[in-house]
Amino acid sequence: MSEPTRAEVCVVACAEAWRGDGAILASPMGLIPSLGARLARLTFAPDLLLTDGEAYLVDAEGGIEGWLPYAKVLTMLAAGRRHVMMGAAQIDRSGNQNISVIGDWKRPKAQLLGVRGAPGNTVNHPVSYWVPRHSPRVFVDRVDMVCGVGYDRGAHELRVVVTNLAVLDFGTPERTMRLRSVHPGVQVSDVVVATGFPLAIPDLVPVTRWPTGEELDLIRVRLDPDGAREAELR
Amino acid sequence: MTPDEIVAELRDGMTIGIGGWGSRRKPMALVRAILRAPLRDLTVVSYAGPDVGLLVSSGQATRVVTGFASLDSIALEPHFRRARQAGTVELTELDEGMLHWGLLAAAHRLPFLPIRAGLGSGVLEVNPELRTVRSPYADLFGIGEELVAMPALRLDAALVHMNRADAAGNGQYLGPDPYFDDLFCLAAGRAYVSCERIVASFDGQPQTLLLNRAMVHGVAETPNGAHFTSCVPDYGRDEAFQARYAAAASDLAAWEKFRAEYLDGDEAAYQRAVR
Repeated sequence: MSEPTRAEVCVVACAEAWRGDGAILASPMGLIPSLGARLARLTFAPDLLLTDGEAYLVDAEGGIEGWLPYAKVLTMLAAGRRHVMMGAAQIDRSGNQNISVIGDWKRPKAQLLGVRGAPGNTVNHPVSYWVPRHSPRVFVDRVDMVCGVGYDRGAHELRVVVTNLAVLDFGTPERTMRLRSVHPGVQVSDVVVATGFPLAIPDLVPVTRWPTGEELDLIRVRLDPDGAREAELR
Repeated sequence: MTPDEIVAELRDGMTIGIGGWGSRRKPMALVRAILRAPLRDLTVVSYAGPDVGLLVSSGQATRVVTGFASLDSIALEPHFRRARQAGTVELTELDEGMLHWGLLAAAHRLPFLPIRAGLGSGVLEVNPELRTVRSPYADLFGIGEELVAMPALRLDAALVHMNRADAAGNGQYLGPDPYFDDLFCLAAGRAYVSCERIVASFDGQPQTLLLNRAMVHGVAETPNGAHFTSCVPDYGRDEAFQARYAAAASDLAAWEKFRAEYLDGDEAAYQRAVR
């Protein structure tokens, strides 16, 4: 078996976000987080609930195990029985996230997705983020519109931020962003220059773990045989 | 009723709720009928897709109340995006749960409902009219929790699309998700339903009868009326046509051509053109 790719390291790092969550709804946004959530359920987090992207809960074999139309997703969300991994056009050191607009909200330079469910998600249940291109344009001093709230604005729990370079968390006394691990082949300095605010960096920065043989096999054969995961990092 | 007869009951300046979600089960035949009418200054409340895109493109929707505007398989609604960037449409940007809560409050004839969503976020900053409320019930720390007081989103009219309906106004959805169509109808002074087929009696589980005739004021039969959005199980989204719509929307000349080809005629002409 060939050496794991960066995308495969990212899939496993995303999967790790849901470790220990038990029977809650996992809502991944984006391909690599989706592969991660499904990988987690097939391995160390078998109790996770996953949807088909429409209104059904599907089991590991693709069979329907439940019905979850949008109204019920919103109730699960408010009940706190959910952990979502969202994207971020911008995110600051306290974890405030923006997916709505770039520029002035009144007349934006770029209209993006809108706030979607980010405000409700972040005050009700655990939230993680996936950033496929770690850069100072994403990791900013101040976001243009607070969609997902950060710890300084009352976030419930921000678990991890997984990027193409590293895994970050909020494990400082002030709950600001900290470098948890760098992916194999990435230097700490690479992450520092790609981040537009001062990161907390421990004396010893671990390396993000490699996928196991079983995980690689699941990713390559069962979950993403066409290799679409590689395109998400380009 | 016909789509044109339904639209004739709408007035300038109304707040209109539109059911469905993104590019799913949208009452597009009714939206197309609005495009042919001289209506203006509309506020549109919607989990927005091409319904909002078209009404923004025509200039008839001057305010949109939503948490997103998406074509699902194409992330951003192109007309909405361009109008926002040009500053030609006003936006009341709400969290998806807040929009649900606003419809629920209106449906229940409550002035507001408390919700946690929105606290600490930019939504409260870009909508300065939003207020918070403190719970009168003490929590573990002896004080009541502060929550957003989501105001009722009262609608003058609601437009939704069903798979089946009867002439009296009972409506049936056969797809995976009812979305919030029943709440849109109950939140509205007048609710209008378009449907794939008007039937004399319903097949299928009674639990699929989402709307009853007490919620509905008019029904129109509009076969393929949600096109190009999905109306499962009658048909899926017309992805090829949606892609052409999105491509045309990104260029003014291309859009003029698209509009002339598909939208300037009546619904029968549209259906012939897209067949």
